[in-house]
Amino acid sequence: MTQITDRPPAQPLTARGRGAASDRAFSAVSLAAGALVLAILVLILVTTLREAWPALKYAGLGFVTSPSWVPLEVDGAGPVYGALSFVYGTTVVSIIALIFAVPISIGIALFLTELAPTRLRSTVVTVIDLLASIPSVVFGLWGIIVVGPALVKVYNGLHGALGDIPVLGSLFGEPVSSGRGFMTAGMIVAIMIIPIITSITREVFATVPDADKQAAYALGATQWEMIRGAVFPHSFGGMVGAVMLGLGRAMGETIAVALTIGAATQITPNLFAAGNTLASVIALNFGDPGVPPGRSALIALGVLLFAITVVINYAAAVVVRRADVRMKGASA
Amino acid sequence: MTTTVQAAQQPLSAPSGLGRGSLATRRRLANTLVRTGIWLSVIIAVVPVALVMYYVIAKGAKMISWDFLTKPIPRQLANPGGGIGPAIAGTLLMTGLASLLAIPLGVLGAIYLNEYGKQNALARSVRLMSNVMTGVPSIVMGLFIYTAVVLTTEQSGLAGALALACLMLPVVIRSSEEMLRLVPDELRQASLALGARKWRTIVTVVLPAAVSGIASGALLGVARAAGETAPIVLVVGLTQRVNWHLSGSNTALPVQIYRNATEPFEAATDRAWGAALTLVVIVLLATLISRLIANRFAIKER
Repeated sequence: MTQITDRPPAQPLTARGRGAASDRAFSAVSLAAGALVLAILVLILVTTLREAWPALKYAGLGFVTSPSWVPLEVDGAGPVYGALSFVYGTTVVSIIALIFAVPISIGIALFLTELAPTRLRSTVVTVIDLLASIPSVVFGLWGIIVVGPALVKVYNGLHGALGDIPVLGSLFGEPVSSGRGFMTAGMIVAIMIIPIITSITREVFATVPDADKQAAYALGATQWEMIRGAVFPHSFGGMVGAVMLGLGRAMGETIAVALTIGAATQITPNLFAAGNTLASVIALNFGDPGVPPGRSALIALGVLLFAITVVINYAAAVVVRRADVRMKGASA
Repeated sequence: MTTTVQAAQQPLSAPSGLGRGSLATRRRLANTLVRTGIWLSVIIAVVPVALVMYYVIAKGAKMISWDFLTKPIPRQLANPGGGIGPAIAGTLLMTGLASLLAIPLGVLGAIYLNEYGKQNALARSVRLMSNVMTGVPSIVMGLFIYTAVVLTTEQSGLAGALALACLMLPVVIRSSEEMLRLVPDELRQASLALGARKWRTIVTVVLPAAVSGIASGALLGVARAAGETAPIVLVVGLTQRVNWHLSGSNTALPVQIYRNATEPFEAATDRAWGAALTLVVIVLLATLISRLIANRFAIKER
């Protein structure tokens, strides 16, 4: 009973000793891994900007104001690098994509949160997940071989019906015979950004307090009036963020657009005409960039695209987070 | 004045019921319209998925054979024959190496965010910036690796793997942090109360509790990376033969789909569909496994 074995003296947990060293090492390693994200983003800017510099210096302000891109020596005149028509193409394709994708995504999100029978809900979620996991190049392949040729007839019909009306007519002009152009690329991109917009709007809709919805119903609201009066006002910020994230994705979409947009350097109101976006022109011309500093100029396009998408994604992240904080505060 | 009178009289002139029929036509119509629109938008989203899958399976299935999956890529894409063996090898090599790089780093980054940094200024900016990095277009990531790696070395499988790793990293960080956040604090406190150091607590208690969620998120990142085309086109070069080395030109399935899709010949188109089916099967297998892991070992949300 009285035998008390000698125990080693209990080691106090201090900030010193072997255990503490490994503690500090582990925290330092994980800190480094976290900081890697910041380092990579800075490195992207530094290295691409360094390689883009010769072309930026050569083109000067014309890089963002000139619509013509001639990466060759023509009759002794040097190459011309103007990104404007690609910026235009990026904008047009993204707007078309958003016009198609935003209502559909919001519809699906409403379906999943308000309308769907339980059994159908998981099926639709699976389909959207499937949509998200199909690689963009497969959509591109489908777009170039199946969708483009099929849509030419539709485009011709629209052109025939609306082509003579003053303003609309210029939008619905003569289509390209292969069907590749702004409209086809925009529609393919729309399919690809539906999953991201849907998933975020759905999360936002799911945070609408039940009390708000019940209150709306108690006042005699129909389902649509409940959605308009309770769901939308509550989730407006999150929806804006979701649309901006979709916009960022649409602008950066490369291969599917490269395959379906038809590769032409032009600014035209005709939605059925061929064009090019910042991303697609890099992918299409990188193997054969023309005379120096052609490749540098393509990298400069990448810098421009990087800057635009970072600004949009940063703003979207801030908007979503702010909406998130507000909603959590409201439902708590 | 008149409006208030009318409003007061309304319940008298229209006996109110709570049934659907007592609603004003306009309100009922609007409601029906919106409900139809919602159903329609679901159908519109389902149709392209069904069509793409139909074409990939219908046109790809007849291409698939052992020869197609293993033979070298033909020099002339216009001629029938040959296969996509080197592309499958390249995809497995680059995606595998990218996972080896991005998953440990991403999990460590998530550990920093959830266990150490929490809400301090650095952690908040890392969190925000990894959201921003998720949105960096893959072609820009390709240009980054081109300027940072390829210009000083060569086009290689290693460069491709680095580009894919950069694309996967923020995805892994975000999904892992979500999973770490779900681990109950009591587990950490219990471990610390037993005298375990913080690193030991994280490695032996927190990570095992979250491992299934982390694995499932990481596999989704892998699936996404396997389908990336643009960065591979820029930094990997092209080869006709299987190259299991990290140095030297390589190729990948998405690149072969892209190249064959741009050729107007039927043999090339067929090859593109065959490669597309192979890629979709690989990607969906990864997605399916990640689903299974997530469902089987899901930690209970609090």
